[in-house]
Amino acid sequence: MLSGGLTIVAQAAERSSEATQDRIRLLEQRLQILQTQFEQTVREQQQKIQELEQELARLRGETSQQGAAAGQNPPETFFESPVHSRQTSWNPTQSLPWRLGQGGTYVDVGLVGTFAAGGSTARDIEGSLQLGGHDPNQRGFTVQGVEWNLIGAVDPYFLGSANLLYALDAEGESEFELEEAWLQTTQLPAGWQIRAGQIYAPFGRFNGRHLHQWGFVDAPLVVARLLGPDGLRNPGVQAAWLMPTAFYSELFLSLLNSGGHGAAPFRGADSDHHKEDGHPLPLGFRPAENDRGVSALTDFLWAARYAVSVDLTEEQTLLMGVSAAVGPNSSGMTGSTQTKVFGADLYWKWRSPRAHAGFPFVSLQIEALLRKYDLGAYDWTEAAGAGTPYLADGLSGAPAVLHAETVTDYGVYTELLYGFRRGWIAGFRCDFVAGSKGDYERALWIFEGTPLSRDSARSRRWRLSPNLTWYPSEYSRLRLQYNYDQRQGMGTDHSLWLQWELSLGAHAAHQF
Amino acid sequence: MHGTWLFWIRILLLLLLGDPSVQARLLVVATTADLAALARAVGGDRVEVLSLARPTEDPHFVDPRPSYLVQLARADALVHGGAGLEAAWLTPLLNRAGNARILPAARGHIRCCEGVTLLEVPEKLDRSQGDVHAAGNPHYLADPQNARIVVHHLADTFVELDFAGTEIYRKNQRAFVEALERSLPAWEARLRPFAGARLVSYHNSWPYFALRFNLRIDLFLEPKPGIPPSAAHLGRVVAEMKASGVRAILVEPYQDRRAAETVARATGARLVPVTQYPGGLKGTEAGYLELMDYLVRAITGALSDREQASTISTR
Repeated sequence: MLSGGLTIVAQAAERSSEATQDRIRLLEQRLQILQTQFEQTVREQQQKIQELEQELARLRGETSQQGAAAGQNPPETFFESPVHSRQTSWNPTQSLPWRLGQGGTYVDVGLVGTFAAGGSTARDIEGSLQLGGHDPNQRGFTVQGVEWNLIGAVDPYFLGSANLLYALDAEGESEFELEEAWLQTTQLPAGWQIRAGQIYAPFGRFNGRHLHQWGFVDAPLVVARLLGPDGLRNPGVQAAWLMPTAFYSELFLSLLNSGGHGAAPFRGADSDHHKEDGHPLPLGFRPAENDRGVSALTDFLWAARYAVSVDLTEEQTLLMGVSAAVGPNSSGMTGSTQTKVFGADLYWKWRSPRAHAGFPFVSLQIEALLRKYDLGAYDWTEAAGAGTPYLADGLSGAPAVLHAETVTDYGVYTELLYGFRRGWIAGFRCDFVAGSKGDYERALWIFEGTPLSRDSARSRRWRLSPNLTWYPSEYSRLRLQYNYDQRQGMGTDHSLWLQWELSLGAHAAHQF
Repeated sequence: MHGTWLFWIRILLLLLLGDPSVQARLLVVATTADLAALARAVGGDRVEVLSLARPTEDPHFVDPRPSYLVQLARADALVHGGAGLEAAWLTPLLNRAGNARILPAARGHIRCCEGVTLLEVPEKLDRSQGDVHAAGNPHYLADPQNARIVVHHLADTFVELDFAGTEIYRKNQRAFVEALERSLPAWEARLRPFAGARLVSYHNSWPYFALRFNLRIDLFLEPKPGIPPSAAHLGRVVAEMKASGVRAILVEPYQDRRAAETVARATGARLVPVTQYPGGLKGTEAGYLELMDYLVRAITGALSDREQASTISTR
């Protein structure tokens, strides 16, 4: 009995406390509304006062002037900056314009369009003279890329980002690429960050740079040849660890799919859309028919990078890194063929202590790559039997039998940029790429009537590229570049490209 | 043997997860030197303050050096203006620093413009008007009254992060505000004789100062914010200056002196080196109030010095 009564009392008390809670909540809400209204009134009054003060200041200025220069009163001109005259204070209740970027919406949106016009003495421009997937690709006009960027916090735990790219190839075909789309952790302790989705492999300095971050019209030869026209990017996951050292020191490790366009030197070899120099033969004069699929962790593309940076002086910064990427490739018919790519890079930048809009500055970037590529054995007899074009011995005419071997390619590029005055940059780039002569290149072959000896996808070439860039503002850019190309066995070519770029929407992120 | 194992495991964990032991002082990273100076004034000896942008460089364009990631990764608090001035370089740094304590919405994220009435908020975002910040003109600390609001934010956050220092932070805050209240009437008195005077500045970074001290700083060497001066525009500025008798051109350390000198030569006006960042000019290093004092003296000097206005100074 007693306990029952107590329960009833307790329940009643609880109910009444609930009612009190509700009342408190209601009062809190009211208070909030009143506060907002009060703040608004204060702001409006402040604005009124400001306007009056300005009016007063203006009138005072006019009278003093009239005194000095007998009635020479200049009319209000356009110098009243349009922004200045539209002075309004922030008002929380007014409906604000829909703002893209910088906190007005849940996502920052930007669009960057990059176009080129020009020509070359070479005719084999797309994929041959110009190795990069977004280089100028023909005499005349090129849409190098129109890139749509989105970035924002997903929730308290993740950051999300996507880069979608549209372009037109030399045939006018539309290309759509999912450059990047990932989420990244924001709450991991001790400098760890995990990124997962469609990501760029952490390799060197150039891989992962978008078109609008390039210092030149086109991609460096060694990067485009050794990593593929689109670079190394694929679905996968990356862990980054910013080490607790006194200087910048960061380790990246990633695990990606090893097939497709984003892994051309790996299992993506067969999807490699660039045809070197007009002949359709893939690397090593043999098709990539040796795709063994994925059955173990070693069948993925593994990439790692370690980077360190120190500030040499108040004005100078040095950043250095080493990278490696390892994975299977599908060259030939048989064998467990692998590709290994190693890279080392260095970036140095000097910037004036009185830099205005980032100028003046001098920067130097050097990146060297080395690739070991296992070519699988391949017998052309079957193709000959099936009546399809086959690689034949130049002397006997018999179908070629290519044995397995490992070939080495290497190269380096150096970019020097000098921002000599606000908005103006003079640049100079030296490109060099070469490959050690493989056994398969020591014979004379015939393919569809064309004699072949050296593999032009691996032969030596170099290029010199002076350019001049002008930024009318931070959001637009014009660039003129000349390329002096020297290809082994193909001679010299001259190219001239004019590039223009626009940037809309959210502020493009400044990167180092 | 067992002991050595544990030792190495501990070393490994320390290396992988960082040192969990409590730091003696709060590490505060400020984006610009003015905010750093205010953080020092409030934090005193209990905080260590680092400033990312150098006081002499353009705060709109700061190189996001990798060393900044190291500083941000360790910071207990991040102090930034919040009005878009540093957005282009701060956001990518924050996204890569991997420090949850200073991300937006974290306790250590101090957005100083909260509560400040920002001027020149554009009704319409349109970059044909130049690089106009969506939140309004971000140079609000040129008005000392706004520094009161900022030190308030700083003290609140420092108290939250380091409760043991409450008394010190509040005391420092009071001391700063009292010093400000002592100085402000004196500054206003010094500039009162020049009420309504018109000045030219390179960039539109002085509307808050102008409003506070009844000056008119509405003629700029940049045709639009962030757009470099053109000859045609400078010609119009010269004509306008002559017509309205403008005698002084405000130039900050990083701005193009040559354009300002050209205009000064053509008009007989004086170049007045100014800065909004303590340490941007010699004699401004001591702190925020000292900087304001310097500015008031420099501008009063330029406006009162009629003799020198006629002799062209181009040094």
